[in-house]
Amino acid sequence: MPSMNMVEALNSAIDVKLAQDPDVLTFGEDVGYFGGVFRVTEGLQKRHGKTRCFDTPLSEGGIIATALGMGAYGLRPVAEIQFADYILPALDQLISEAARLRYRSAGEFWAPITVRSPYGGGIFGGQTHSQSPEAIFAHVTGLKTVIPSNPYDAKGLLIASIEDDDPVIFLEPKRLYNGPFNGHHDQPVRNWSGDARAEVPEGHYIVPLGKAAIAREGDAVTVLAYGTMVHVTLTAIEESGIDAELIDLRSIVPLDIETIVDSVRKTGRCVIIHEASRYSGFGAELSALVQERCFYELEAPIERVAGFDMPYPHAFEWDYFPGPARVVKALERVMGSD
Amino acid sequence: MSNKTRLSLYVPEPTARPGDTPSFDGIEIPAAGIVPKPDSSACEDGLRDLPYALIRVLDDEGHATDAWNPRLDVETLHKGLRAMMLTRLFDDRMFRAHRQGKTSFYMKSTGEEAISVAQSMALSSDDMCFPTYRMLGWLMARAYPLDRLVNQIFSNAADPLKGKQLPVLYSARDYGFYSIAGNLGTRFGHAVGWAMASAYRGDDKIALGVIGEGTTAEGNFHEAATFASVYRAPVILGITNNQWAISSFSGFASSETTTFAAKALAYGIPGLRVDGNDFLATWAATQWAADRARSNAGPTLIEYFTYRAAGHSTSDDPTKYRPTNEAEAWPLGDPIERLKTHLVTLGEWDDERHQALTADLDAQVRSAIKAGEAIGTLGKSKPPVTQMFEDVFREPDWRLIEQRKELGAD
Repeated sequence: MPSMNMVEALNSAIDVKLAQDPDVLTFGEDVGYFGGVFRVTEGLQKRHGKTRCFDTPLSEGGIIATALGMGAYGLRPVAEIQFADYILPALDQLISEAARLRYRSAGEFWAPITVRSPYGGGIFGGQTHSQSPEAIFAHVTGLKTVIPSNPYDAKGLLIASIEDDDPVIFLEPKRLYNGPFNGHHDQPVRNWSGDARAEVPEGHYIVPLGKAAIAREGDAVTVLAYGTMVHVTLTAIEESGIDAELIDLRSIVPLDIETIVDSVRKTGRCVIIHEASRYSGFGAELSALVQERCFYELEAPIERVAGFDMPYPHAFEWDYFPGPARVVKALERVMGSD
Repeated sequence: MSNKTRLSLYVPEPTARPGDTPSFDGIEIPAAGIVPKPDSSACEDGLRDLPYALIRVLDDEGHATDAWNPRLDVETLHKGLRAMMLTRLFDDRMFRAHRQGKTSFYMKSTGEEAISVAQSMALSSDDMCFPTYRMLGWLMARAYPLDRLVNQIFSNAADPLKGKQLPVLYSARDYGFYSIAGNLGTRFGHAVGWAMASAYRGDDKIALGVIGEGTTAEGNFHEAATFASVYRAPVILGITNNQWAISSFSGFASSETTTFAAKALAYGIPGLRVDGNDFLATWAATQWAADRARSNAGPTLIEYFTYRAAGHSTSDDPTKYRPTNEAEAWPLGDPIERLKTHLVTLGEWDDERHQALTADLDAQVRSAIKAGEAIGTLGKSKPPVTQMFEDVFREPDWRLIEQRKELGAD
């Protein structure tokens, strides 16, 4: 089985769908001839032709509106928004249209679009290339929001997203494109080669939406994470010596509530990790859900580790980023061993 | 160097306010028939005068002038007149139904009936219209069942949109009528995407997107026009310029010294400006743009120049911001009267037949309202509450299933 980094795995997912389904097409800023600023669509125009993989105007609202019209026609467009930070001009299309079209037309119209966008920090991108806006989308009923943490999942989840009949926001942790990142920014950069999670089949497979993965089994505490923070947390768990169970949510809508509840009932403790700033972050929803369903099994208050409540601060990236040290502290607090 | 002129901020003001005599003196109305009709495959660079012209076919006496005359047969003219009359009668009855508490909301398209009726008839059943909420005529021209409209407006148990959407924000896929939303302009780009999808597949369908003149100020308009021009999408981009966006006159949407059709110039696409109260001119302009789109020559922008004769909605009182009798002063007249006069001049219509048709259509409307009332008006009847949880996603997720149970709606 070939080893792929996350960029290659995502490219392979789109490639497989383009080859398999004539209704799939992909477009976005710099996506066509050039292959995308992160190279996710590299070679696709050459292989599949320029009506199936093409550049667009610098118009995020226009990109999503166009995708929705195509989706309503019966196509399955895969639109790229170059950075999740740039998705804001398209929010009206995503919230007022993508999420509502099926409902308001009582099922007469729908648009099965997939919106891919690199997100998250850890690359010194400053406040306009580092944000994690997933909570905005999770709050909008009618959208699905998917966040992979490794190449295998990235490909399977992207194919599942393209095949899904609902609009999907597919957020790609850009710090993981070329290799796993454990949060120790001072250590040498790693790549995906040799990593079991980078063994990616060439052909078609899916990783279903709404099914979390148990990234590490353990009995002492349940840790909920997604995207880059899965890797940071795994490292933190090893460093803490605490036998934590790590759940990689993979999609936050739909959410695999069963796996979460089963784990917290087993461990009696819960720590929630995300890069996005803390206040009204998706961790707040997770915390409420765990409290509602597992209150009598909980042996300690739920802990959240998240970005601080400020715009992403450029020079202070590693002070802001919820790295392994902060995760370890939270694990220790929840175990009462701090 | 300091500026010698003391600057002053300009805030536009319409020509007349309540109590004033209505004045449309600033609007130049050229004679019917003077705008030559270019070939629909003509190069855009030879069409750049059109956005400043006004395409008219019917003259003041009701005669059809030659240049843009679509030369429709009498049966088609009768059908158009009938759909326009039905739209107006339905609007009037439903407005009253709102005042009687039978629905929460209604919007009339009075004065604009020619536009959506002509568009509906000029385009084919496979095409898709991405409408505004003032385009009931599209559905009337395609014989959409009146009782379905009434049930949607009453939000009752037979509401085709199952109680999920505000009255008049219809969706009628089988009638080529895309789902309307209350957010203005957000579907304008969908029309372009839909048209691009047709071109991508090598199909022959085209799309019509419609937006109000007020909404051309939104980014949606410019995004859609950009995509349409870049990809030469087979789409008609319609602007219904009815002069008023609730209480804001068109001077708040664009410079008063140009036209809305002229926006096409910057996108390098043809822009037509047409008398929207002239059924024949509206038809001809739409047909011209449709021919162009169907021959792969790309998009056309059309400004349909008209006047919103009624209030914005049942929640609006236009006497608070414009002269009460402004509609009567509109220099392009009333679209129904104008088509009626044309048919009379052709010897194909008279007052007696007009009155008989009015009575017949009104009876149909009343009968549809009665049928809707028998099912129930707002609050007296509604679809099963389980419907509330459907169509959020293709399949409800665990949250919706739990919430349905919480409501006891299983």
